[in-house]
Amino acid sequence: MYKYSEFDSAFLAERNRQFRAQVERRIDGSLTEDEFKPLRLTNGLYLQLHAYMLRVAIPYGTLNSAQMRQLALLAEKWDKGYGHFTTRQNIQYNWPKLNDVPDMLDALAEVGLHAIQTSGNTIRNVTADHFAGAAADEIADPRPVAELLRQWSTDHPEFQFMPRKFKIAITGSPNDRAVTKAHDIGLRMVERDGEAGFEVIVGGGLGRTPMIGKVINDFLPRADLLPYLEAIVSVWNQIGRRDNKYKARIKITVHEHGVDEIRRLVEARFAEIRPTFKGADQALLAEIEGHFAPPVFRKADLGAFHTAYDADPVFRSWVDTNVTDHKVDDYAIVSISLKAHGKTPGDASAEQMRVMADLAEFYAHDELRISHEQNVILPHVHRSELPVIHAILQKHGLGTANIGLISDIIACPGMDYCALATARSIPIAQEIATRFEDLKLEHDIGELKIKISGCINACGHHHVGHIGILGLDRAGVENYQITLGGDGTETAAVGERAGPGFSADDIVPAIERLVGAYLEQRDSAEETFLQTYRRVGLGPFKAALYPEAQANAA
Amino acid sequence: MPRAFTPKVVTASDLLEGDVIYLTADDRWSRDLAEAEVLTDEADAQLRLLFAEQQPDKLVGAYLADVRPGDNGPEPTHFREEFRRTGPSNYHHGKQEAQANV
Repeated sequence: MYKYSEFDSAFLAERNRQFRAQVERRIDGSLTEDEFKPLRLTNGLYLQLHAYMLRVAIPYGTLNSAQMRQLALLAEKWDKGYGHFTTRQNIQYNWPKLNDVPDMLDALAEVGLHAIQTSGNTIRNVTADHFAGAAADEIADPRPVAELLRQWSTDHPEFQFMPRKFKIAITGSPNDRAVTKAHDIGLRMVERDGEAGFEVIVGGGLGRTPMIGKVINDFLPRADLLPYLEAIVSVWNQIGRRDNKYKARIKITVHEHGVDEIRRLVEARFAEIRPTFKGADQALLAEIEGHFAPPVFRKADLGAFHTAYDADPVFRSWVDTNVTDHKVDDYAIVSISLKAHGKTPGDASAEQMRVMADLAEFYAHDELRISHEQNVILPHVHRSELPVIHAILQKHGLGTANIGLISDIIACPGMDYCALATARSIPIAQEIATRFEDLKLEHDIGELKIKISGCINACGHHHVGHIGILGLDRAGVENYQITLGGDGTETAAVGERAGPGFSADDIVPAIERLVGAYLEQRDSAEETFLQTYRRVGLGPFKAALYPEAQANAA
Repeated sequence: MPRAFTPKVVTASDLLEGDVIYLTADDRWSRDLAEAEVLTDEADAQLRLLFAEQQPDKLVGAYLADVRPGDNGPEPTHFREEFRRTGPSNYHHGKQEAQANV
């Protein structure tokens, strides 16, 4: 894991000192809200529906146990005892008070965490594959590059007042778990003739105008990464639409100019700035890579694991659902579900955070990850430790065996918290999870990703949900639109709108009818919802969703 | 013809806590919608909003929210204002929690 240098610590301390003074000047009246707002946003502080909200970056989703414990401390000391993990690998505190926030930021700095550039028109927290450094299918750990990007983008003088926010995601695996095609820039590590490089994808995004990113460069040599990214951001910074907030993201720039023209402009800019990168970035990257050396993996007997797996059906179900193969034999990646049926997706109490920190420290090489699917990962676990880890998780409401299943729902905070929301998300997620738990159907249904957003900004990634749900305000009443067939992986696709929306009371039965149609249509238990949808199309699902329309047409 | 003016209250967020607040007839800021001054005249409402906006050291983001008269004072007409005066639906936090502690 990356450890702050003296420079990093001094930078963060100075930045926090500045923000403390800005908060003081806001409270004593020397700064107006209009003056203060951009300052607080670039330090992660929002004003939401009921209170302030502090969004803390978890760079590329990686935490150690000390950092997780500090997140627990913040939750307990300055919030209401919990935190909310988000689809951007951040954590949000929903109830801080303005004059406590400088102390919260200082407490974060003690463990090398911050809230810088988690909002505002800047380059945001760089997200990465949550299995990075552990995945069996990985070419290389993408996190050193992500850390290099974090350092490059933090306070980058050219990129502090851009047309709009800018999000970069990176994966080192061909199986895309980082939704790279729905980011302003997506980076996929590739190899060509033994040389390491990147496929660079540009102009993806969700929100009101969902777009799948386009390949601007199919093989960028590793050493060219920073100048090339700087060229992309620079071109967009210049020609991006500042006249219209809704057309300001790079996806619109790419759409309006065409990827070929953008490529031409980027190449021209790249030719200008490439010579100014004289290798300091590569030296820094090499140093950062040293921080991400893999742990010393150990050998141990697997007897206890096999005994538990054979004897305990609850443990077996959890292993089959929540545990993924590791690149090292006898090791595993554990996904801890923050989606207990009926609970708020992505929320963890301070106690749960401490339990996960302890597990990481004692059993999992002191590493934790936050996934964009709002779960927590122990990336390096020897399989012999799985029974004890499972037993401890179960005691603390963290043992739910539902990763990738219908109740593993992404949900944005929605109108329960968010000032932008047009409808609630959380209660819909809770009801769907509870309903399918009652039906005892979810393991039979298999892989099915439901993603819920409470407004068209699509923080809940509904466009790339196999089933997407979008909450809207229709004449003063919450209304939920369904999209089908979305996909956030390497075969990314934007879901197709199924038809008219449903009321809050009707949305769960509608989802149940959809799932019923899938179970009827699938050609075997192995065919997933998405595969079935791709094979049979919208028709049978639409018929299940709108039986009255079918009856009227008959 | 311009649309008829519907009853409103002045609401905002408290600067320090971020909590939802309402302007009362005696120029206080209350956490309770029931105490809010109901404005039925458009010109009067604009004046009261200006009065609020002149207090940047106390509040953020003042605006006029629609209400309708109820048995215990004004009631929200839109679900967003209902959540603002109550709190989130997934936890008993926010105003509903504060009221339970009274």
